[in-house]
Amino acid sequence: MADKRLSATQAVAQLESGMTLGIGGWGPRRKPMALVREILRSPLQDLTVVAYGGADVGMLCAAGKVKKLVFAFVSLDFIPLEPYFRAARQAGSIEVMEIDEGLFMLGLKAAGMRVPYIPTRVGLGTDVLKRNPQLELVGSPYDQRDWVAMPALPLDAALLHVDRADARGVCQVKGPDLYMDDLFARAAKKTFVSCDELVESSHFSQGDEARYVYWERAQTTGVVHIPCGAHPSSCAPLYGFDVKHFKEYAASAKEEGGWAAYYERYIAGGEQQYLERVGGEQAVRKLPLPVF
Amino acid sequence: MADISLIDRIICTAARAWINDGEVLATGIGVVPRLAASVCMASLNRDLMMTDSEAWIVREPVPIGPRSGPLGDYQVQRESHMGFARIFDNVWGGKRHAMVGPTQVDRFGQANISMVGSDYARPKSMMLGVRGFPGNSINHANSFFVPNHSPKVFVAGEVDMVASVGYNPARLARGWSLDETVDIRLIVTNLCVMDFGGADHAVRLRLLHPGVSVEQVLQATGFPVEVGAGVGTTPDPSADELALLARLDPHNLRGSVMAS
Repeated sequence: MADKRLSATQAVAQLESGMTLGIGGWGPRRKPMALVREILRSPLQDLTVVAYGGADVGMLCAAGKVKKLVFAFVSLDFIPLEPYFRAARQAGSIEVMEIDEGLFMLGLKAAGMRVPYIPTRVGLGTDVLKRNPQLELVGSPYDQRDWVAMPALPLDAALLHVDRADARGVCQVKGPDLYMDDLFARAAKKTFVSCDELVESSHFSQGDEARYVYWERAQTTGVVHIPCGAHPSSCAPLYGFDVKHFKEYAASAKEEGGWAAYYERYIAGGEQQYLERVGGEQAVRKLPLPVF
Repeated sequence: MADISLIDRIICTAARAWINDGEVLATGIGVVPRLAASVCMASLNRDLMMTDSEAWIVREPVPIGPRSGPLGDYQVQRESHMGFARIFDNVWGGKRHAMVGPTQVDRFGQANISMVGSDYARPKSMMLGVRGFPGNSINHANSFFVPNHSPKVFVAGEVDMVASVGYNPARLARGWSLDETVDIRLIVTNLCVMDFGGADHAVRLRLLHPGVSVEQVLQATGFPVEVGAGVGTTPDPSADELALLARLDPHNLRGSVMAS
């Protein structure tokens, strides 16, 4: 029986420069940040990143890891503009494929369904078409109209964070929103999932626990047990996002050498040191859930 | 009622955007649009649907602000799940009317929240990205709230990145008509209320807030605005509406929306 447990280093070692990487979560919510930090410590480069972006995208841009970004937005929500993503865009240092949030979803869906595109009206009449000349229109065989043919967005690998998982890759999300994590898992050749809690397989047989499992374990390649692995993003209901930390991160972008200082303080020393420097597991678990 | 604040007047007039919509999802992005939708759902159109701005449809609008003071015990009244994937199911079906706050709007009603500048590869100012604007605009009704009415927002040419579709026939795809692809209702600003009811969907002035002149609006808009005979004054909110607002925003977050 498969045992998919591995370390973050082992997971990132299975990635290669030039790959197309999907990153789950949404803005400042349930991002696989510990895996992202592991990429920041690695020699990987020239990545095509596909994400509903937050600090994951900002940090990868700041570290010069991103060749191309496929996105609909990059935002920390309560800090609307992601500073390092902005800086990268304004410097012209990354290629982009900027699309609608729903087109993005259709692209992942198409990849998971193994079809080349999904027709939609979304994008018609907008500069999404002008700025992405690779997006084609198709005539429908059933009416006399043109539709946007949203191409599949196949991923070499997806990185996700979940509440809990077992060694075989059964993953559980109890937060109020799955975001598009299931679609990322289906669109990717390999999916690496970090989890706050590693549980016995029998966990899912209790009560309605199995109702919170949204993709089959066959879609999970590797499981990395990293408590607080979504920090500073949220992993509701376990912890909210770290407002103070995000403010410090965003403020660093205003300083000369700010990214290098942030990297040195929080990333260079490894994950154990990271958790200590952000206050420890107990403190993270007490971060309040956001009120909207 | 001379003591009515401009922001309360704006919210209560914006609330009328959904009055004849029946049973649709009302989405207000930002404090003013959200409060406007909330006032509408709580009084003018009780059939509206709203979310908690996270992942649930609620049976009553959720008050805004921290859960302290008068909101200390507030419990969100959930009605059904409404995660992001399901939001798109709703959007694509068309039963939604969103009020959003674009950075730029042009004479066609094309709107932009993505980036500002003439060089797309190196924006002068990168903002959010197009988010859901392309899909929202071609699938359901939309209205705009603009807290700083100026030619920087209401631009002379086309917006720098057309994130949402407007009444621009030059951009119609084969087989489509403007009626099928665009439904922009109101533009509510710190000066006035406008719509697209002019000739060939031109922007038209409907209401002026007390003390604002037609000339002021024309000066602050980068494109021509139709001014017909029927321009009125934005009405006073009712006492009931003001009481509702006080209940929906007890911490007065709306008080700091228009600092100037």
